[in-house]
Amino acid sequence: MIIDMPDTTTNAVNKRLVRLRDEGGAVALGRVLTLVVLCDERDVETAVEAANDASREHPCRVIVVAPAGADAEARLDAQIRVGGDAGASEVIVLRASGPLLVRTDTLVMPLLLPDAPIVVWWPREAPDAPSKDPVGAMATRRITDSKVAQDPVKMLRTLGGTYAPGDTDLAWARDTLWRALLAAAVEQPPYEPVTAVRVEGEAGHTSLDLLAAWLTARLRCPAKVVRVPGAEAITKVVLERKSGPIVLDRPDGRIVTISQPGKPDRRIALPIRSLSEALVEELRRLDPDEIYEEVLVKGLPQVESVA
Amino acid sequence: MRPAKITAEHNPLRDPLDLRLPRIAGPSGLVIFGVTGDLSRKKLMPAVYDLANRGLLPPGFALTGFARRDWADQDFAQVVHDAVKEHARTPFREATWRQLAEGIRFVQGSFDDEAAFETLRETVEKLDAERGTGGNHAFYLSVPPAAFPLVVGQLAKSGLARSEADAWRRVVIEKPFGHDLASARELDAVVSEVFPPESVFRIDHYLGKETVQNLLAVRFANQLFEPLWNANYVDHVQITMAEDIGIGGRAGYYDGIGAARDVIQNHLLQLLALVAMEEPRTFDAPELRAEKIKVLSSVRLPRDLAKHTARGQYAASWQGGERVVGFLEEEGFNPESTTETFAAVRLDIDNRRWAGVPFYLRTGKRLGRRVTEVAVVFKKAPHLPFESSLTSELGNNALVIRVQPDEGVTLRFGAKVPGTAMQVRDVTMDFGYGHSFTESSPEAYERLILDVLLGDPPLFPTREEVELSWEILDPITAFWAKQGQPEPYASGTWGPPSADAMMARDGRTWRRP
Repeated sequence: MIIDMPDTTTNAVNKRLVRLRDEGGAVALGRVLTLVVLCDERDVETAVEAANDASREHPCRVIVVAPAGADAEARLDAQIRVGGDAGASEVIVLRASGPLLVRTDTLVMPLLLPDAPIVVWWPREAPDAPSKDPVGAMATRRITDSKVAQDPVKMLRTLGGTYAPGDTDLAWARDTLWRALLAAAVEQPPYEPVTAVRVEGEAGHTSLDLLAAWLTARLRCPAKVVRVPGAEAITKVVLERKSGPIVLDRPDGRIVTISQPGKPDRRIALPIRSLSEALVEELRRLDPDEIYEEVLVKGLPQVESVA
Repeated sequence: MRPAKITAEHNPLRDPLDLRLPRIAGPSGLVIFGVTGDLSRKKLMPAVYDLANRGLLPPGFALTGFARRDWADQDFAQVVHDAVKEHARTPFREATWRQLAEGIRFVQGSFDDEAAFETLRETVEKLDAERGTGGNHAFYLSVPPAAFPLVVGQLAKSGLARSEADAWRRVVIEKPFGHDLASARELDAVVSEVFPPESVFRIDHYLGKETVQNLLAVRFANQLFEPLWNANYVDHVQITMAEDIGIGGRAGYYDGIGAARDVIQNHLLQLLALVAMEEPRTFDAPELRAEKIKVLSSVRLPRDLAKHTARGQYAASWQGGERVVGFLEEEGFNPESTTETFAAVRLDIDNRRWAGVPFYLRTGKRLGRRVTEVAVVFKKAPHLPFESSLTSELGNNALVIRVQPDEGVTLRFGAKVPGTAMQVRDVTMDFGYGHSFTESSPEAYERLILDVLLGDPPLFPTREEVELSWEILDPITAFWAKQGQPEPYASGTWGPPSADAMMARDGRTWRRP
């Protein structure tokens, strides 16, 4: 069900939500968090779709705030989506213009779930310091997505300079399964230190930088990112060791082959993660990610990048 | 900069703070005996696929089936494929499947066929060489208990049970772990002769369920419940596992076993242990086990078993719009059988926390509906400042943990009925797992298979727990054996009248779940 509420206020939207719940139980109980999405009009539908997918694991209230012109006069158009149009969540799309955009925090305030964590997500460009943003400052978790930004690598470096506990980036969530494979790979005999690391893949894909940063910070060895034209996401990770390298190779974006000297090649399916899968993982934990902090702040400056 | 050291114990890529990083099992393979069975098709194979789909299986994982059928690897792969398509929880992905299928093998043979086990050994060794399973293999015995000694013996004889220095071999066995204390010990002697205790994994799939683990979270993560969790506030506890189906195709197995041995000995006594135990120091296997053993050894049976236990057999009737046959008329079944299909017992726990608080356990087939729950029923308020006529509809407060289906927790308490009179009535407050968390929480078998491959034992009952459970149950089944025919009850009801009489003697009633 989609309800349009042109030229309205968020208090009115909230009243309508309560009435909806009274009337039909249309809004299920047990929402665990409020997800505030701050994005451009062009990203509204993809963001809502990903959030709906994620809501199957994390029932939430999704509030999308999309600017409808900063110069125009103050006006708010709202849309409520519940039931089949909203997955296991309830979605409120707010199209705000003019001075309303200056105070997004008080704009969404009446709609925040009581006593539940707030997560804010910028699906494309994000403020230089997410924690200084009015909504970002209220949130327990701030999700950026440097991979799709205009200049991904630069954005990631900027975020590194302004990191505050609770910040996180979807490029990091896209690394998780790779990290699990790598952690398991060095856990087998012979137990040898890794002397150098190389990560290859798509130009401008920040998951490469974060993965290399994690490896360099943890293994205390030099790490290099090599950008391969035409590659898709991460295509290869090489861990150099005295007895020979461990190589994880994913040329087609689907199957990883793990090879190391003296052992048969082992293969496993590792498809490129979709946006909603990354978002689901991001919502699974709401406390600050200290490993991400270490990687972003300490590891990233040590990574050597080769174009 | 000196590179970080890596040892078997220390992996710099792992950090307790890194909560995203899932634990993938090391290189390993799973061999399933009895792959043609229901459990294997409906639970084990789908669980293996779901694990693969979640990225939790090691690269190069191998799945080997062992059965009498004359199958080639491809035929078995087809069987797994169909089972996965029909029963897996996660969506079917061609790439994941193809990866998994590459590691599927089949060995044909019967359990007394030494040559077949020789072939199995060769297959396993070949997997080590081709797929890199590294000599690590788990043997899942999804076979009737009578076949355990044979299979375990063959594993020993063929050298499959032995492992190289830095590799492991593990064996997984399913309930029933014997049919009484003596047979449980016998069985254990057979297994432990071949495998060391830390390599034996006894599966009680109930313990792998999210809701059972949630029981520990509810109790020990909250300030709200634990202060009330004792004889000062709790009147009694009811633990129910009801099935709406009959014995179906298990006729051969069920005769002589019955509801108490089939369900109370393992699932219900494990639930009782988790509900009643003290707080473990940590959730590590030895600590958790110590608490469970403590509480199981404090269990006391009622002195007069005739008064405080009940048993029954389902009789032909109409159940939910369907005509069903009685237990004794089940096809291929012994019409003289005195095996019970319903069992209820009262147990007391002799410790400070639970003195005077009875635990009522019941289980049965062809009951009202399929449900498993733990109900902690609180005492009535010591004083009610209301006119007695206004509180007549107020019952005991209760906290109900629904294990399945519709997993969740319900809290029952009194609230004022709107109106001018101060009338109070019972209402419920409900937490549904499905509302607040994922729609698809992992199946118990996924968790358990992963734990076997990781060698992580907290969720598996130990030999001592199994033996204690039999010590509790043996006197009851021995008493029943002398009582002749169990009391019949109509299918689709909540058991025989004697079950209600047993509660009435204590001034209580069963909850209708």
